Amino acid sequence: MRPQVGITLGPVLFNWQPDAWRDFYARIADEAPVDTVCLGEVVCSKRMPFFAELMGEAIERLERAGKSVVLSTLAMPTLSRERRLMKDLVAGFDRVIEANDMSILAQLAGRPHMIGPFINAYNETTLAYMARRGATSICLPPELPLGSIQTIAAAAEGVAVEVFAWGRSPLAISARCYHARVHGLTKDACQFVCGEDPDGLDVDTLDGQAFLTINGVQTLARSYTCLIGDVPQLLEAGITGLRLSPHTCDMVAVSRLYRDVADGRCEPQAAMEKLRLALPEVTFSNGFLHGVAGVALTGS
Amino acid sequence: MMGKTIELVCPAGTPAALRVAVDAGADAVYCGFRDETNARNFPGLNFSRDELREAIGYAHGRGCKVLVAINTFPRAGSVGIWRAAVDDAVRSAADALILCDVGLLDYAATRHPETRLHLSVQAAAATPEAIRFYTEAFGVKRVVLPRVLTVAEIAGINSAIDCETEVFVFGGLCVMAEGRCSLSSYATGKSPNMNGVCSPPSHVTYHEEGEELVPRLGGFTINRIPRAEPAAYPTLCKGRFATAKCSGYIFEEPASLNAGALLPGLAKAGVTALKIEGRQRGRAYISAVVKAFRQALDAMAEGRSVDLDRLLALAEGQTSTQGAYAKTWR
Repeated sequence: MRPQVGITLGPVLFNWQPDAWRDFYARIADEAPVDTVCLGEVVCSKRMPFFAELMGEAIERLERAGKSVVLSTLAMPTLSRERRLMKDLVAGFDRVIEANDMSILAQLAGRPHMIGPFINAYNETTLAYMARRGATSICLPPELPLGSIQTIAAAAEGVAVEVFAWGRSPLAISARCYHARVHGLTKDACQFVCGEDPDGLDVDTLDGQAFLTINGVQTLARSYTCLIGDVPQLLEAGITGLRLSPHTCDMVAVSRLYRDVADGRCEPQAAMEKLRLALPEVTFSNGFLHGVAGVALTGS
Repeated sequence: MMGKTIELVCPAGTPAALRVAVDAGADAVYCGFRDETNARNFPGLNFSRDELREAIGYAHGRGCKVLVAINTFPRAGSVGIWRAAVDDAVRSAADALILCDVGLLDYAATRHPETRLHLSVQAAAATPEAIRFYTEAFGVKRVVLPRVLTVAEIAGINSAIDCETEVFVFGGLCVMAEGRCSLSSYATGKSPNMNGVCSPPSHVTYHEEGEELVPRLGGFTINRIPRAEPAAYPTLCKGRFATAKCSGYIFEEPASLNAGALLPGLAKAGVTALKIEGRQRGRAYISAVVKAFRQALDAMAEGRSVDLDRLLALAEGQTSTQGAYAKTWR
């Protein structure tokens, strides 16, 4: 049976070691029931050289396995080196690009492309404008509530609408590198300390509450967004895709569960229980979807 | 001598503050409607439609411009509220609209082609490519640059674009790229982008615990402040937190921006306008800060220098920083 909803593996947001990165995508290619895989560095351009030479092999293996491969761009290019890099990457990539910053959008005009979750598309008029310029799909900003998602999906007219459904939700990006800062280093001489934390560095409150996660210049939620229990509502709202953000947990197992729920082979609550059992140390949240504090978990 | 004068853009949260800013020497004042369409949607602040019309009359009578900020991202299904704000601001003879949402910019550019559009800092356009997107698509005349750039980078941007730039020089400092932050939303459900608020007072509690004052936001401890220390407002990104490596102000100290010492450099970098943050501030503060910057800019235009920090000493009690303008901040 042809799946009604696509599953997209988002780009790895963290600084993974090259071997781990290569093995991850090899296994995704061979085993994960995902339709689309976004590759590319989104957070920090300094990490790019480490896996640049592995990209070709990963793309080939993923495509051989029938996945669509998309190149995700930097969320905040500012240095002229980064801007040149993005321009060259986009010009030299003959597949679909996912834009994560307005800088790259002008270059993509008239060419089919995806709008990434780091671009502020909060309503149907913004999406309509982007669609006129060639956007064919969008991953909505993670903080959007279900009502907005529904309105946007209803008005999307041929644009695929995806939601951020698994993983630590990106919350902020800065010019300052917090990994370097907490290690007492400068951004320019960071020694790539973010590589020590493949799911990010935990930030607690002074009262020991698990709160946020640092990933270089990016700040993410500590909890994992988990919308598996909300999949029926999301499908009813008209979304066409679920995005899973990679972590070091078993992403093949996670994607199988989402696939099973999306295809109606598994009850959402049963899938949620399986995730809880598999990841007892992880806290789940879906508050953004329900229009309350993002950290909250409601309806399950 | 500088070749051209720099425009001083000042905040006004109320009609009274607007008159104070105009009288203190602002070249332009920015303000917003009393609703979720602007990024300082705080109780007791902002302008009704009538108040805006009157305020614009007052400012125009004294040679001062009024810029209307409609700089949150319209809620899906309710875009009409934001479009009405655009229409009403234009009807009130606003000198420019400060917008960030692509759909709303498209509407304003199409419906009101004669109206001057400024790109809000909430759009976070930090590169020549991003800025050119907005100037080419919507005829944006000025971009308010995000607080992520060094002075040298600002100079580089100015040489690569053909619209004006405006930069923040004083007041509150976002540590994260503006318009791209949902930290507040994560803890409270209220966000700058959607609701025009950050770390809202409605979600803040204070407890005295032993020798410490403990502010919490949405239940999360933002700081533990020893009695001897001044207690800054618990803005999420300016709290003390703990990691395995260290504890303290992980993101930023509760400091505010003061780029007063950088004015000549910013002028040389080709900046058109300097912006003071603080629509939530009272009249005394607005008066003192606007007067100080007015004196500094007048002096600079005449080739004199003034001790801006001395002029500002009364205005700002807490520590200040040059933020991202200095590369070491990163």
